[in-house]
Amino acid sequence: MSDHDYRPKSKVGQWFNDRLPLLTLANHLTDYPTPKNLNYWWTFGGILTFCLITQIVTGLTLAMHYIAHADMAFESVEHIMRDVNYGWLIRYIHANGASMFFLAVYIHIFRSLFYGSYKSPREIIWILGIIIYLLMMAAAFMGYVLPWGQMSFWGATVITNLFSAIPLVGEGIVTWLWGGYSVDNPTLTRFFTLHYLIPFLILGLVVLHIWALHVPGNNNPVGIDIKKPSKDTVPFHPYIVIKDGFALLMFMIVFAFFVFYAPNILGHADNYIEANPMVTPAHIVPEWYLLPFYAILRSVPDKLLGVVAMLSAILILAVLPWLDTSKIRSAVFRPLYKQFYWILVADVLILGYVGAMPAEGLYLLIARVATAYYFLHFLVILPILGFKEKTLPVPLSITEPVLGGSPNLASARNKESKIE
Amino acid sequence: MSEKKTKRRDFLFTATTAVGAVGAAAVVWPMVDQMNPDASVKALASTEVDVSSLTPGNTLTVLWRGKPVFIRRRTKEEIDEARSVKMDELIHPEKDEDRAKNPEWLVMLGVCTHLGCVPLNDKGDYNGWFCPCHGSHYDTSGRIRKGPAPLNMEVPKYEFVNANTIKIG
Repeated sequence: MSDHDYRPKSKVGQWFNDRLPLLTLANHLTDYPTPKNLNYWWTFGGILTFCLITQIVTGLTLAMHYIAHADMAFESVEHIMRDVNYGWLIRYIHANGASMFFLAVYIHIFRSLFYGSYKSPREIIWILGIIIYLLMMAAAFMGYVLPWGQMSFWGATVITNLFSAIPLVGEGIVTWLWGGYSVDNPTLTRFFTLHYLIPFLILGLVVLHIWALHVPGNNNPVGIDIKKPSKDTVPFHPYIVIKDGFALLMFMIVFAFFVFYAPNILGHADNYIEANPMVTPAHIVPEWYLLPFYAILRSVPDKLLGVVAMLSAILILAVLPWLDTSKIRSAVFRPLYKQFYWILVADVLILGYVGAMPAEGLYLLIARVATAYYFLHFLVILPILGFKEKTLPVPLSITEPVLGGSPNLASARNKESKIE
Repeated sequence: MSEKKTKRRDFLFTATTAVGAVGAAAVVWPMVDQMNPDASVKALASTEVDVSSLTPGNTLTVLWRGKPVFIRRRTKEEIDEARSVKMDELIHPEKDEDRAKNPEWLVMLGVCTHLGCVPLNDKGDYNGWFCPCHGSHYDTSGRIRKGPAPLNMEVPKYEFVNANTIKIG
């Protein structure tokens, strides 16, 4: 790559860069050769960075007004909503920001699944991503506990009790997590501490995630290895920066819609009732982004096995690069995988839906079938598909299908000449 | 290279690592243990409840160690129902005689053994308790009969201080 030869133009720049090569890094990031065919599904990395920064900034400001104490937490949140200048705005951005963060991360993950971005040589990027996703879930869960409403309290009780399923040491671990014999003040203060810490861990992992990405470079919709820099690439700045920026703007419109017009639609009314250890709400539901896993937990009639199934559903993603045996990355050239991909999308959406419904009757049956299919997809279908599937011919470069076999040859040529 | 020299190095290396590991563990343990229940939490270990107002067929719920405790004054039918169950029908076999020493009084943690919700009184298929979270049914002795919970509701340590007062813990 050319960054190693980079020399700043100014004398001061050279002096600084010789001592700390920050400008070389900045140059690498702006010149970074990017596949020219990246579509809008590739803009969610930038959107996710925006989400993380938003959560950190709004979180820091909320922490200036919030009181992590079982007797005062609920009131301090109401104080933020009613008394603190723009407190309502900051809290609604933070609360809905969590949902937006997960919306973006799910699109980002399913983008990866469609275009095979997790495959060699990008396994480490993928695994770092799964760790980030796990930390996001931990942060979101602990954040949801902080307002100390009924859903906070009982959500915390149910989730921490998952650990009691561990044989022998389970009860001890739960007591240790609680710092008592039930979810109480010690639990709240440690959750607040960890909720504050995790975003910075995520930030560090994001740096590694991007670093690992910059070693092989971006995957692309065609899913082939490309020469960099070449006719197949464009520099990150301004091409990708502008595209990411535009997508971010569109995303912010959706974000603002929730914040200003439906700030509580993704939450649960029970959380505006202060925590009461004597009464469990009639229907405990986690936040929407955890529902598919909640459905898997409930679909298994055994406590330990339910917890194992739920955790496996997430951790199975970490070994996905080795479960998918196909050498072809992009689903564009995998006619069978493409169909199974959409079945998986539907399966996860169905799991999410039944996760919000009571675990009985038809819902339970659907949850069980969908859970079984989820594991079937990763453990049986993907490994076999790699050997059985007849894939379509893959182009040698990104430019080839545009100038070559495309039916709209003339328009493709036109486009090409306009760019050059 | 003589063998003796390498051995000396190996010894120093192993010894240093071992001492270092012990030292690290000695520092880590306080960091881990500080999260366990502290002295003030442990000090709230027992509570006394006046049960004189409780009539048969009713349940009193009190808070003990942050958890609800059900004190049920059972009716004759409930006792008979609980005592007539065969052990092999139970998921977690426990005799009602062992759970309620004084058959009229059932004292147990009102915490579902699945994931810790508070079950509802006089509900479910077995006329005992029903957990609304994930659908566990308990009988009139608080034993799990149907649903995902693995164990019966726990009977804490308790005693009658006098005819009207129960001390839990």
